[in-house]
Amino acid sequence: MAEKSAGNRTVKLKSHVSIVSAASIVGPKEGMGPLGRYFDVIIEDEMWGEKSWEKAESKLVKETISKILNKSKKSPADINFVISGDLLNQCIGSNFGLRDSGIPFLGIYGACSTMGESMIIGSMLIDGGFADNVVCMTSSHFCSAEKQFRFPLELGVQRPPTAQWTVTGAGGVLLSNEGPGPVITYLTTGKIVDMGIKDANNMGAAMAPAAVDTISTHFKDTGLSPEYYDLILTGDLGAVGKSICEDLLKREGFNISERYNDCGLMIYDRKKQDTHAGGSGCGCSATVLAGYIYQEMQKGNLNKILFVPTGALLSPISTQQGESIPCIAHAVSIENR
Amino acid sequence: MVQNIMTKKEYQKYAESKSPKSKLFRNIIRAFWVGGMICVLGQLFTNLLKNMGVDMEEAGSITSIIMIFLGILFTGLNVYDELGRYAGAGSTVPITGFANSIVSPAMEFKSEGYIMGVGAKMFVIAGPVLVYGILASVVVGVLYYLIK
Repeated sequence: MAEKSAGNRTVKLKSHVSIVSAASIVGPKEGMGPLGRYFDVIIEDEMWGEKSWEKAESKLVKETISKILNKSKKSPADINFVISGDLLNQCIGSNFGLRDSGIPFLGIYGACSTMGESMIIGSMLIDGGFADNVVCMTSSHFCSAEKQFRFPLELGVQRPPTAQWTVTGAGGVLLSNEGPGPVITYLTTGKIVDMGIKDANNMGAAMAPAAVDTISTHFKDTGLSPEYYDLILTGDLGAVGKSICEDLLKREGFNISERYNDCGLMIYDRKKQDTHAGGSGCGCSATVLAGYIYQEMQKGNLNKILFVPTGALLSPISTQQGESIPCIAHAVSIENR
Repeated sequence: MVQNIMTKKEYQKYAESKSPKSKLFRNIIRAFWVGGMICVLGQLFTNLLKNMGVDMEEAGSITSIIMIFLGILFTGLNVYDELGRYAGAGSTVPITGFANSIVSPAMEFKSEGYIMGVGAKMFVIAGPVLVYGILASVVVGVLYYLIK
């Protein structure tokens, strides 16, 4: 077995990989949500002075990375890699947002699990001795995502109660081989799980089995129990997916309900903000991690987190062709030492 | 492994049982009264026009034009989508909804220019309705000709 692997699919990091800074910028709706005060910037309108929503999303990426660097007092030259992706075709949110950054760029696509994927790659780059500092980030934008995946914004349609609301926001962290702060210990890479759900308006139900698979594999590989963590946090399963995830894990012998939450349920007040089953999008888990989780970990209110962003790997074309939705979830253990 | 607990078929059934359903009765009531009010508004215009001495056929056409204009106006004012979220089919089925389905993509894709954006994407929602609507009318026309 490889030196740094634990069990089947989990990597146990040997060297020090810490999160030295984090930043998040969100849209007005997210700013009005229960976690509003944890975000660095709340933009006033979704266009943010740009001519298109795609440009606004790129600006979110650009401003978020500059915030991350400012907070850590690092210059772009200090950063070995930036790993980022988003929901737009060809990942233009990241490509255009980072085109002036001057930092070596690895573009990735993991749908809403992108934050987990980028942190897994970033942590391994540092642990492998290939980098000192890596920025891992992602973004999503309600309007650009609706335009690409669903209907025009002004079209008068009803959403079913299982539908979720794409978060407008970008979030990211700076991983480093030195510095205090929470450290990353285990990485469990997800595999693609498809249980045959075809309804693109019910992503939570589609993604929940992937989360169950990754979380249960994480516990089996590491030998840890759910009690080890203060919080197990899935990315954007929403109300439907969360209850399925909890239930199925219980059937697998892992009771996580007392320490389990979902970023999609935390970021909005579902009753007041009309977001149906909750938030979704790459930015959902990224901003909750970079905002709420990171700050609460620094305060010591949370000490051990299992962060499990979830992604639905579909495209509008696969949906039109009647395909079911392949899903993935990645787990990253973050601990205060 | 979830597959060890249940098969795909079983999971789909299970997921459906876990997913809340749309509030059918509430939605029907809302669609009924909003859709009804839109029709009452249309009737109001028709009656008004008839009282002004316009003949029935022309009054119908002018009413359609007014209703389409209102659909477009309220789409542009970012109101029609809110109405649609409340009323569902109540605001989709009337002619105002058809106007909304053309104007909303036109607005959305303006950022890709007037040719490939507005021009090309304008009928992305309404296109199928037009294609099959016209096709159906041709079929009915041919049948009518043959039977008559």
